[in-house]
Amino acid sequence: MSTRLSNGGRLVNKAKPVEFQFNGKRMKGYEGDTLASALLANDQMLVGRSFKYHRPRGIVASGGEEPNALVNLGQGGKFEPNQRVTTTELFDGLYATSQNHWPSLEFDVGAINTHFARFLPAGFYYKMFMFPRPFWKHVYEPFIRQSAGLGKAPKERDSDTYEHFYHFTDVLVIGGGIAGLAAALEAAQSGLKVTIFEQTHHWGGRAVVDGAEIDGKPADDWVKDTVQTLEGMENVTIRARTMGAGVYDHGYVLGYERLTDHCPDQDGPRHRLWRIRATQIITATGAIERPLSFAGNDIPGVMLAAALRDYVVNWGVSIGDRTVVVTNNDDAYRTAIALVDAGLSVPAIIDARTDGAGPLADAARAKGIRVEMGKGIAKVKGGKRVEGVAICLQAGEGAVIEEIKCDAVAMSGGWSPVVHLWSHCGGKLIWDEAQAMFRPDPSRAPTGDKGQPFVAAAGTANGNLRTAAVLEDAVAQAKAAVKAAGGKPKAGKAPAGSDAEEGAISPVWLMPQGAPIQLRMKSWLDFQNDVKVSDVQLAAREGFESVEHAKRYTTLGMATDQGKLSNINGLAILSDALDQAIPQTGTTTFRPPYTPISMGAIGGEARDELFQPIRKTPMHGWHEANGADFEPVGHWRRPYAFVRSGESVHDAVMREVKNTRRNLGLLDASTLGKLIVKGPDAGKFLDMMYTNMMSTLKPGKCRYGLMCNENGFLIDDGVVARIDEDTFLCHTTTGGAERIHAWMEDWLQCEWWDWKVYVTNATEQFAQVAVVGPNARKVLEKLGGMDVSKESIAFMEWKDGQIGGFNARVYRISFSGELSYEIAVPASQGRAFWDALLAAGEEFGVMPYGTECLHIMRAEKGFIMIGDETDGTVIPQDLNMEWAISKKKEDYLGKRAQERSYMASPDRWKLVGLETLDGSVIPDGAYAPAPGDNANGQRNVQGRVTSTYFSPTLGRGIAMGLVHKGPDRMGDVIEFTKGDGTFVKAKIVDQVFYDKDGEKQNV
Amino acid sequence: MSEAVSFLNGAEATHNGVTVRDAGPVGMVTLRGDLSAAKLKTAVKKITGQPVPGVRKSTVTGGKGACWMSPDELLIVVPHAEAAAAVAELESALAGGHFMAVNVSDARACLTLSGGVAAREVLAKIAPVDLSTAAFGAGDFRRTRMAQVAGAFWLDDAETFHVVCFRSVGHYVFGLLENGAKAGPVGVLA
Repeated sequence: MSTRLSNGGRLVNKAKPVEFQFNGKRMKGYEGDTLASALLANDQMLVGRSFKYHRPRGIVASGGEEPNALVNLGQGGKFEPNQRVTTTELFDGLYATSQNHWPSLEFDVGAINTHFARFLPAGFYYKMFMFPRPFWKHVYEPFIRQSAGLGKAPKERDSDTYEHFYHFTDVLVIGGGIAGLAAALEAAQSGLKVTIFEQTHHWGGRAVVDGAEIDGKPADDWVKDTVQTLEGMENVTIRARTMGAGVYDHGYVLGYERLTDHCPDQDGPRHRLWRIRATQIITATGAIERPLSFAGNDIPGVMLAAALRDYVVNWGVSIGDRTVVVTNNDDAYRTAIALVDAGLSVPAIIDARTDGAGPLADAARAKGIRVEMGKGIAKVKGGKRVEGVAICLQAGEGAVIEEIKCDAVAMSGGWSPVVHLWSHCGGKLIWDEAQAMFRPDPSRAPTGDKGQPFVAAAGTANGNLRTAAVLEDAVAQAKAAVKAAGGKPKAGKAPAGSDAEEGAISPVWLMPQGAPIQLRMKSWLDFQNDVKVSDVQLAAREGFESVEHAKRYTTLGMATDQGKLSNINGLAILSDALDQAIPQTGTTTFRPPYTPISMGAIGGEARDELFQPIRKTPMHGWHEANGADFEPVGHWRRPYAFVRSGESVHDAVMREVKNTRRNLGLLDASTLGKLIVKGPDAGKFLDMMYTNMMSTLKPGKCRYGLMCNENGFLIDDGVVARIDEDTFLCHTTTGGAERIHAWMEDWLQCEWWDWKVYVTNATEQFAQVAVVGPNARKVLEKLGGMDVSKESIAFMEWKDGQIGGFNARVYRISFSGELSYEIAVPASQGRAFWDALLAAGEEFGVMPYGTECLHIMRAEKGFIMIGDETDGTVIPQDLNMEWAISKKKEDYLGKRAQERSYMASPDRWKLVGLETLDGSVIPDGAYAPAPGDNANGQRNVQGRVTSTYFSPTLGRGIAMGLVHKGPDRMGDVIEFTKGDGTFVKAKIVDQVFYDKDGEKQNV
Repeated sequence: MSEAVSFLNGAEATHNGVTVRDAGPVGMVTLRGDLSAAKLKTAVKKITGQPVPGVRKSTVTGGKGACWMSPDELLIVVPHAEAAAAVAELESALAGGHFMAVNVSDARACLTLSGGVAAREVLAKIAPVDLSTAAFGAGDFRRTRMAQVAGAFWLDDAETFHVVCFRSVGHYVFGLLENGAKAGPVGVLA
């Protein structure tokens, strides 16, 4: 059983006991524990179930590479699934539950899968669930949904807050082991800005556990001194509990700081996402130990050798009384020695090598530990716990020589440098045959804007496993980084490191070497996703030769740990199956983040009120206070209608239309885009931007214009007013202001850079109010000021002046068909002007109206709306708007495209009005079917509805639509789908339903 | 003519020693043209009392000055009531040349942010700008992004940031700054 030792535990504070709960069981740990060490101290070996076979799973590692021990953490607003216990610091009141089991962790019915494992091979899902087809929806998917999935989705809102922080640094060091610390110190001594991150809360990495010496001191002392020195330097930013999550182009790095995970009651953001620009990056990210592939290597109690050592040294926790060590390298001997030194028993060290073990082996033997060379584990005995191991010859096929009783197995297959951050932005790897590892290829580093390398790996991450080499490499990389960042490295040597000599590793990818299928089917590669040696071999046989294909076929390395333990072993097995060298197989792609980061951190401050910027006009407050039912238009919120008490939204819309047609309506039109275009070439420029001729417009006049893209499709419309000889004001749609501004700048900056034209987006300078209806002139005359008579300002003219004491620009334009003035005043007076109009308009029956009333009135008049009548595939000719297309101009954007045969075809769908025979409203977007089917067996169609409303003015449904040869078919009756299987008959009519001659707007 | 009303009507909030304030109406003119032309330089000097600012610099002091927006654009800052006159002044001084002067006073919201290093960190939570004292000092100006919207800011001699954004999102930027202040310091900038 696993338990707390009476001695040891350099990280735990035994004076501060901490209580926590796991699956409802109360447990005790100490300050400084991780949830992993605390669970193990409470003999909680079984912590979860695997994804596919629901096999019992125990903790296998001691850091971020842990594949098995994921829990649901917290409750309510602090609930989060898939939290690794090895990286979760213990705190008082911690609440965790295990995942992926039913009905309980101890007894799981899904575990039956493991007995059918031979029927669930690689690619099983792909093969099985194809046929019969209807089974997918009704049988397979519901079953898979029930049985699959790690953790639960949170049910409540996240009660924590998060933030981003932009950080700039000359040298960024990722990793707070001895390499990172030495590199940071070296770089900092140059005076450059240096930042160093360590993902855990303790510094020094492995060296402090493994007993290295630096400059004659124990590594622990050197680490403490160095951290203290760095903390005291003004040019250094030093952060623990911060992970380098991803490295991107141009020295952009994401850092993930966990501020309150270990003290959830503390105020302030829980996580901080650092968005960093670093001139040079040093990845001192260490290495991860590889498991060995032998039968039963997934049974709880089988653990990475170094992790076992960590639990003893760092947290004073033993995994078992009797631990068998199995290895192919010298480092695992340290575990055996550490265990014996802690008073525990190591019945044997099983070394797969026939010889070559160095002084550490001698030291182990000297402590009386039995060392078996050339041996391997044939299989681990036990179910939910290790009970013993069966020993065999590594070179053989697994014939059992001897069984050894034990309750833990420490395995080591060698070390893989953490090359993830090096690789994120394109750093390449080389296969180091001697050390059996992929390590960074320094000649192919990630490169910056000038082709300069901007990432360097240092220390163990760079393939140096020995202390002296680690420190020398770290300092050399730091000096190079300082130079590359434009600094001057300080003269001086690296700290001197010393540790025990080590013999060479001998790669072991399968144990025993000739393991038969029965053993390979129990030799796990990926513990979380249940991928075994046999699965990868099957994938290779079935033709999935690319490592990326084999990965996806078997799901190797696709779990939440992203194959930190399994990838190298898996690709070695694949290489062997394909009979090719490991570098020929290569690795899968390393993608950020290094380990999962919270969605909250990615979102940062963007939640609740700050989730998205909502744009507000100067009159927004009035709208809010007066029943506005808002709708989003771009990022604006515009009133859809102003609902009065006792009214439905529909009632309000009907009232607003009737009142505006009969009396007086006010529309907040401030959101309309207003682009000011000025310069000697402004007319020429607008002739290109619009289909219409704008250069001939006289100052003081307005013209409605259409804009198309190069493909001829309509992208925006609006009224252009010529202000003076050189200056135009172009109205755009509400959603189009920024887009059209950028469109204009694009053409001016990239294509017509020599044209003398400037554009400014003045949209928000003005509050604009449409004063609409038969009483519009009366209210303006009552407010007093400029002459607004027909004689003074005719339809489609504009004028500057004063209205009611406000500086105003008045446009006589109408989107409703009524007498209409659109009046722009400075935004800072918009609300006051609105209030003045409401007060003065009272006697004339004034009522503000919303966007739906606007839509209905424009539809009654047959005016098009960008986004309704257009969808990116519609050209002005489709909308019968030839009148707005200048025939005199040599060119405009879209002209040539509109001359293409398909665009000019008489077969295109064209705009018509539609009148239902029964007066009902056709559903929006309804299609008009045509006889017969197309090549895909779908019903032919001959048209569709683009706008459809109930017109209170006409007392019936009206619609516009695009219909095949529509304008040639006036009076025809066609059918539209109602969406419920029935159809509605509609007559093709002229699209202008109301005041066709425009007498009402022109008074 | 009624009184000009700014986006949040003078709202103010203080958290952890950082104060965010609606700076009230500010006169602003977008000037586009050849920034090296003698006529333009003279006109800018006459209106603001300052020379044309250098790249990413602001000359605004005591509510008057100019900010460098792009190689052919300045933001002229004057008291709100003087903006129209400034446009007229530019129109007459630059007549005949190719330029553009637009009163954008009401198109923008202006905020101030003060609180020393803590204020720098609040801004660094939303803007991708190096806000260390070494990199960003008095008279520095940056046209940038603040979380999800466009914005700009400069630092004055009294360690106060002057933040400019579009009026329609003034409440959003105010909220961003207040939120950042509430969350407390990062402890990096000095």
